[in-house]
Formats: sequence, C-alpha cells, structure tokens
Amino acid sequence: MACPDIPRRTIMDDIRILPCGDQALSFQISDRIDPDVNARIIALAAALGAAAIAGVTEYVPTYRALLVRYDPEVLRGAELARHLRRLYASLQPDRAPARLWRIPVWYGGPAALDLADLAAEKGMTAEALAALHSASDFRVFMIGFAPGFAYLGGLPEALHTPRLEIPRQMVPAGAIGIGGQQASINSVAGPSGWRFIGSTPVRLFDPARNPAFLLTAGDAVRFTPVDAATYDRLTARAATGDPLVAPEVLS
Amino acid sequence: MIEVLRPGMMLTVQDAGRFGFRHAGVSQAGPMDQGAHALANALVGNGPQAAALEFATTGGTFRAHSACRIAVTGGTPEVRIDTDVVAAGESHRMEKGQTLSIGTMPDSTWGYLAVSGGFEVPLVMGSRATHLRSGIGALVQAGAHLPLGSHDPRAPCYTTYRQPAPLPATTIIRAVAGPQDDAFAPEVLEQFFGDVFTVSPKRDRMAMVLDGPALPARHGHDIVSDGTVMGSVQVPGSGHPLVLMAESQTTGGYPKIATVIGADLARLAQLPTGRKFRFEKVTQEKAEDLWVHHIRHQRALLHPLRVKIARRRP
Repeated sequence: MACPDIPRRTIMDDIRILPCGDQALSFQISDRIDPDVNARIIALAAALGAAAIAGVTEYVPTYRALLVRYDPEVLRGAELARHLRRLYASLQPDRAPARLWRIPVWYGGPAALDLADLAAEKGMTAEALAALHSASDFRVFMIGFAPGFAYLGGLPEALHTPRLEIPRQMVPAGAIGIGGQQASINSVAGPSGWRFIGSTPVRLFDPARNPAFLLTAGDAVRFTPVDAATYDRLTARAATGDPLVAPEVLS
Repeated sequence: MIEVLRPGMMLTVQDAGRFGFRHAGVSQAGPMDQGAHALANALVGNGPQAAALEFATTGGTFRAHSACRIAVTGGTPEVRIDTDVVAAGESHRMEKGQTLSIGTMPDSTWGYLAVSGGFEVPLVMGSRATHLRSGIGALVQAGAHLPLGSHDPRAPCYTTYRQPAPLPATTIIRAVAGPQDDAFAPEVLEQFFGDVFTVSPKRDRMAMVLDGPALPARHGHDIVSDGTVMGSVQVPGSGHPLVLMAESQTTGGYPKIATVIGADLARLAQLPTGRKFRFEKVTQEKAEDLWVHHIRHQRALLHPLRVKIARRRP
C-alpha cells in the first residue's frame, strides 16, 4: 500500500541531503516522528540494498533519515546523493509491517521499577496499565543507541511519560520501557532515564546466538503478558541461546 | 601464546573493526588509530585484519611463551625485551620466556602491540574487536594467556622507509560542517571553527569531551534521533561538544554541529589530554580528496617495508 494521503511533490520538497564527514551522508525527508515517514526511510534502505551500488558500505535507517556510509575511493558523496534521489523518486513504500513479533512480558518483578508509580500517576491500577500496554500495536521505528535496542512507536497517549531527570545507573537487559511518547525494549544492561514497567525474557541481542539480533526497523511488535513462573522458565531457556520467539510473516 | 603480566591502561584486543552492524546498533570498535594498528600488524608480517592489543598511554609487561616477532606503534614509549631497549615503530624477535615491557608514551594516547600470528581470541560476529559497551570481549587482565595464530617466528623483522609524521605543535583538526550545523547561530558556528578547544580527561573509546566555548543550539539540544559516525561532533545540553569515537552509540538525539574528517580522526584520537587545538572547516568534497590521499599515503608507508639486517648473535 502506498501513501496516497501525502502528495509526492511535498515529499520531494522535504528532502535534505546532509554531509556527515567524508564517508557518510544523511538522506533526511522530515523532522517528525511519523509512521509514514519512517516507512519511506525503511523502503529507501531496502531499495538501496537491492541496487547494490559499488562503494556503498553500510546504511542505517532511523526515524526520518537514512544514514549511508560510502568509500570515497569508489564513490563520491555527490554521486551517491544522485543515486539516492533517483531511488527515492521511484519508491513504492509499503506502510504495513511485514513481520509481527509477540514478545512475552512479565509486568512485575525487579525490572518493573516504575510500574506502581506510573499506575498511581495515571490514576489506574497496575493491571489496567499492563492491559493497555499489551493491547497496543507497536512499530519498530529504528534500532540504535545500543546493540539491538528497539525504539517503538505506538504507545497509547495515556501512557506517555517524561523521562527521569537523573538517569538510573543500571537497568537490566529485557526491561520494558517508556520514554516520552516512545516505548522500548532494553537490549543490554546499562544506564537509562526511561521508566520501566516490566521485563521480557527475550534477549534482543546475544552475540553468542545465531541470529545475534531479532528485531529490524519496520517490524510490528505486540506484548503478551506472562506470569512470574513462565518468565522464570523462559529466562532459563533464553540463557541457553534460545531466541524464544519467531516472527509471524504478515501478508 | 602471550601472557599478560601487568596490563597497561585500557588494554583491549582489537582487529581492524566489526563493520556492517551499525543498523543493528553496534558501532565498529576496532582501533582508535587505524594507521598505527595497520603498521603494527604489517611490521610483524600480519594481514591488516589481524588482532593486536591496544592500550591507552601505558603498555604493560608481557611474556612470550614461544618465539615470535613483536612491534609497538602509536607513539614512542620505552620498549624493552628483557633488559635491552628496542625501538618502537619496527619489529623485533622475541625468544620463548623473554619479557616485553612497554612504558608510557610521551606525546600520544593510543598505542598498539602486534605479535606475529595475531591474537586469536574467538570471533564474535566475524570480528575480534573488543566492544566493551556491547559486552563483546573485555579489558585484558593480568594473568591472561592470549593465543597466537600460525606464524613463522624466523621470518625477517621490518622497519619503515619513512617514519609516520610526528604531531605538529599547533594542531588543526579539519571537519565538515553538519549534519545539523543549521541548529546553531552563525556566530556559534564561527566560534566552533575558530576558537581553541582542549582535549579534556573525559575521554575513552566511546567519545572525547572537549573543553572550550559553550555552543548553545538555537532551539534546544534535542533532535529526532538519527545516525552517527566515528567523528560526529555532538553538542548536548551542556553546550560542550563531544566527538564520537570507535565504540560510540550508533544513533543520537543531540545536534551534530560537524564531523571530523577521516584523514584527521587518528590525529585527534592521539592528542594527549590537555592539548589545545582548533577546528578548520573543509567541504565534504575536499574532505573526500583528503581521505583518498590519506589512505594512499598510508598504503605507501606499509608497502614495501624495509627488511632489518639481523643482529649477529654471539
């Protein structure tokens, strides 16, 4: 499905090709967080991959821009920019995610650092908050910051919550977070200012596992509540390298 | 096998880097000074992908458990094999049981120890580069025994025909404006490309924080997160810029005022803490030319190497 509600002309007018030194550029199409914008970036990344242009070494789709790295001995930035404009002009972006992941979450336990406070703040029970979160359709806008860290869009407005002013020093891998209007799944342990409402036994990144990463930008995500006993059982399986989940292919 | 008796600072195993995973949130890691790493490998007969040890300012002491060739690059620390002082920047033979000591580098930050055969720690996602933040590998500790790949310890030792250029007294680091230079007022951009900055002690393999003028952004310091590269100059809310390095985050939500050019990245990384420098603006096109020139020069330095005449043994 294309994006009929956004005229092509407007899309073209928003394009900015920004230099990132001498071996990368950013093809930016908007300054907003928006599923349509993100879908076009992901479609452009796929088109660039399919085009197999000599000298393109790597690319990183983000919310509203595609970072492309290149080898100036083979390909100059000005030429790459022309390739990208051409590819973008003939895009047929598909808004609908191609894959759906059902991620088990225990809304409780030591990683549910903010569940009680957030529920109180929103005037709902912890159970109602968990029900709202697990009834929502999320979309992976991008993977970044840390290995396999997924930035998710689709958080219901009732759950939008500012980040902490002083980040916590250590939040475990698997923690399920809320930061502003976004949601997240922590991929590695580390400091974070996000608010956390639960934990998944699924490891988004395990360097010893094949595949090391699970989610990709553009995937759909839904959270499935599980109880503490199930969480413990799945955690033990994940420790042996079991990814626990496989994506459903959406038609 | 090389045994680590006393590790230097920030001692890690690094190959040329783990490329192709930025889309999955993993930056390249690999050496902070790519040229010095490649030179160390070449001097001991290794390919450019071999893993060497990287250290910050001080190398440490090591014992060879088999005959091998070693080379230290990245600076000019005192290097000793047992009690003999040997030169950095060329390779030397070590016999089984001998001890290598690498002291402190007077005028640089990142040093390399390459050993013939390369350090054969396990490959993770196709690379031996340590990425501390991602939990790939770890700092090398005292007592570690690092296995070596296959090599010929009797092959010749090498030096270079030309020495790598020393650091000039006044340092200019060139950078391309953007991608978010328009987030800053013209006078702030002028300050960035004119005022003196100082390398602060807040530095590691992830980033270098710079002391100097504060650089306020016009409309706050939050942008919709986008991709970063090694050399991205981010300006967070404090207004003090930081340059992302080999092990940085792959995306960021702060405006990036400029990007240090590839040809000057290693020089910036090597600046001693407290050193002052200025940024100079170049266009992307000019920076591409400078990069192509830089890597061709680097290749010319490594090929050919000069064979050292073996010392006669009594």
